Amino acid sequence: MTILVTMFPIALIYATPILIAALGGLYSERSGIVNIALEGIMMIGAFVAAAVTVALEPNPLAGYYGILAGVVAGTLFSLLHAFASVHLRADQVVSGTALNILAGGLTIYLCQIFFDQQRTTAFATGIAKVSVPGLAALPGLGPLLFRDVYPTSWLALLLVVATAFCINRTPFGLRLRACGEHPQAAASMGVSVVGMRYAGVLISGALAGLAGATLVLTQDIQYSLTSVHGTGFIALACLIFGKWNPYGVLGAGLFFGFSQATSIYAKDIPLLRQVPQDFFFMLPYLLTVIALVVFSGKSVGPRAAGEVYDPGKR
Amino acid sequence: MNGRGGKLLLPVLAVLFGFALGALVLVVTGKSPLGMFEAMLQGVTGYNVETRAFNARHVGEFIAQTLPIILTGLSVGFAFRTGLFNIGAEGQLMAGSTAATAVALWVPAPPGLHVCLVLLAAMAAGGLWGAVPGYLKARFNVHEVVVAIMMNYIALFLNNWAVVELFHSGDRVRTATFPASAMLKSHALSALTSGSRLNWGFVPVLLSLFVYWFIIERTTFGFSLRAVGFNQDGARYAGMKVKRNTIASMVIAGAFAGLAGAVITVGIFSFGRALPAAEGYGFDGIAVALVGGNGALGICFSGLLFGMLKAAQLLMQTQGIPKEIASIIQGSILLFVAMKYGIDYVGRKLRPAKAWEDGS
Repeated sequence: MTILVTMFPIALIYATPILIAALGGLYSERSGIVNIALEGIMMIGAFVAAAVTVALEPNPLAGYYGILAGVVAGTLFSLLHAFASVHLRADQVVSGTALNILAGGLTIYLCQIFFDQQRTTAFATGIAKVSVPGLAALPGLGPLLFRDVYPTSWLALLLVVATAFCINRTPFGLRLRACGEHPQAAASMGVSVVGMRYAGVLISGALAGLAGATLVLTQDIQYSLTSVHGTGFIALACLIFGKWNPYGVLGAGLFFGFSQATSIYAKDIPLLRQVPQDFFFMLPYLLTVIALVVFSGKSVGPRAAGEVYDPGKR
Repeated sequence: MNGRGGKLLLPVLAVLFGFALGALVLVVTGKSPLGMFEAMLQGVTGYNVETRAFNARHVGEFIAQTLPIILTGLSVGFAFRTGLFNIGAEGQLMAGSTAATAVALWVPAPPGLHVCLVLLAAMAAGGLWGAVPGYLKARFNVHEVVVAIMMNYIALFLNNWAVVELFHSGDRVRTATFPASAMLKSHALSALTSGSRLNWGFVPVLLSLFVYWFIIERTTFGFSLRAVGFNQDGARYAGMKVKRNTIASMVIAGAFAGLAGAVITVGIFSFGRALPAAEGYGFDGIAVALVGGNGALGICFSGLLFGMLKAAQLLMQTQGIPKEIASIIQGSILLFVAMKYGIDYVGRKLRPAKAWEDGS
């Protein structure tokens, strides 16, 4: 139990970008657009955030401007996916793959243009950990959530609640879900399927951009090709493991965060000492395959996700 | 856009669009597009426009770079013909690479037989890796794309673990060098191309191209695979075994990708490698298959096209053009190909008007 408490801060740092990107994927998939470009959008967000932070430092708020820039860049980049898959009826998986390839190339290309190397210059602090004076002293939760924590982790937790409210309790969320389940029925009630799907993809772009920015500013010292290293795909796994439900995503995200943190702490835990590090890296992916099989036949995912919207179909 | 001409038009447009966009990016960032085209010319023909010198090594490297992406192209294309999206070529390649390493290091066999065993083991491992998404799709109706993405990462970490723990890599990066009997390396081919990494890998690749064409176009089995790709319900109604075909298609697709892993591991390299991230051959395969229209000949040509981009990368970098421009071009081409439906749709809207204008 104590080891879990020691691990929690590291797990939370790992879980934060996974959570945020998975929530992004949730908006997109609930609107009916599969978004495997999360990885690529995260790269764009991470690169822009790192570059802006480097440019503005030593301004103490540089990291936060970086995050803002990452969100904007992610949103703009996801516009390509939205345009291709909503307007031009592109195969969403192909379009997503294209965006992933494009992002990997574009970010490193721009690194070479701006920084004359394969990565951005290292930033000094990125964003700093903070403590909340009164709350940090709380027994139990205090040290876990309010002492030496990146504010982005609070943001991630806030986003979970906000997303749950938005998806389940607002007219916007209802319309979004309707477009992902049965777009023709939604259209018959006067909902703009095109508009809702654009909204879904753009929100996913903004959140994936935020996730990328958070990842690079809290876990790395600069942006390089290996900064994002598959976190976008873990987010996709997290979305499925969390059954496309915000609180499910929270649970899955924390679990995956712990599984990554365990790979670091395993040498201190007697039972896990023998397990090779690579197996902990593998765990999220393996569990997702198992989860997919267990959930199969229960139709938990949005039914129309991945289909091209054909207004004439019944 | 009907008939053969229409089928060619879209990929050609996509490629032109990709290169135009790439050239635009170069101009905007103050680099010379001419340098890129010179690098591509040099990469393919070995002829350097600036120094007017010829170096056969570039030609050899170009072919060596092309071989694995033709194979991953075949892998993705084969699954496409059955209506499946094999985004898992990356992991199947990795599984093939691990299996090739195991057989190359552990199985003693006479020259000639050894390398065949290596290739077969890689195909078997790739096939097994492809079978998982295929089986889960057929049995549980789980989407093959998501399973295959997960399998990619499982293969990557399994390979890294195997290289260090099973094959006892001293430096945690690579295994010991394989015995010569296990490799596709050829001194003659290398010498012929001034010391390039060109190897016997082109033999299994040519065989694969033939096998692909033969299965798809000339066998009842291939016909039933394509029928499933066209219309599952129709195929089932006609008595075809949709589930069996789904699994079979993914296994064969995986075998092609697994072979690519062997061609890289015992052809280009001579040792097993632990990798920080996948190298993207599987994603190259998606571009190769889509641009090549999922036919054997088309995949061969589009494999050469993307091989040219890969081969030109190092030459561009030495000229001060960031080599990532190749990924930008490839991504743009793929994005354009993805918009096929939309372009067809717009084309259909325009066609009657155009026919009327022609007045014939």
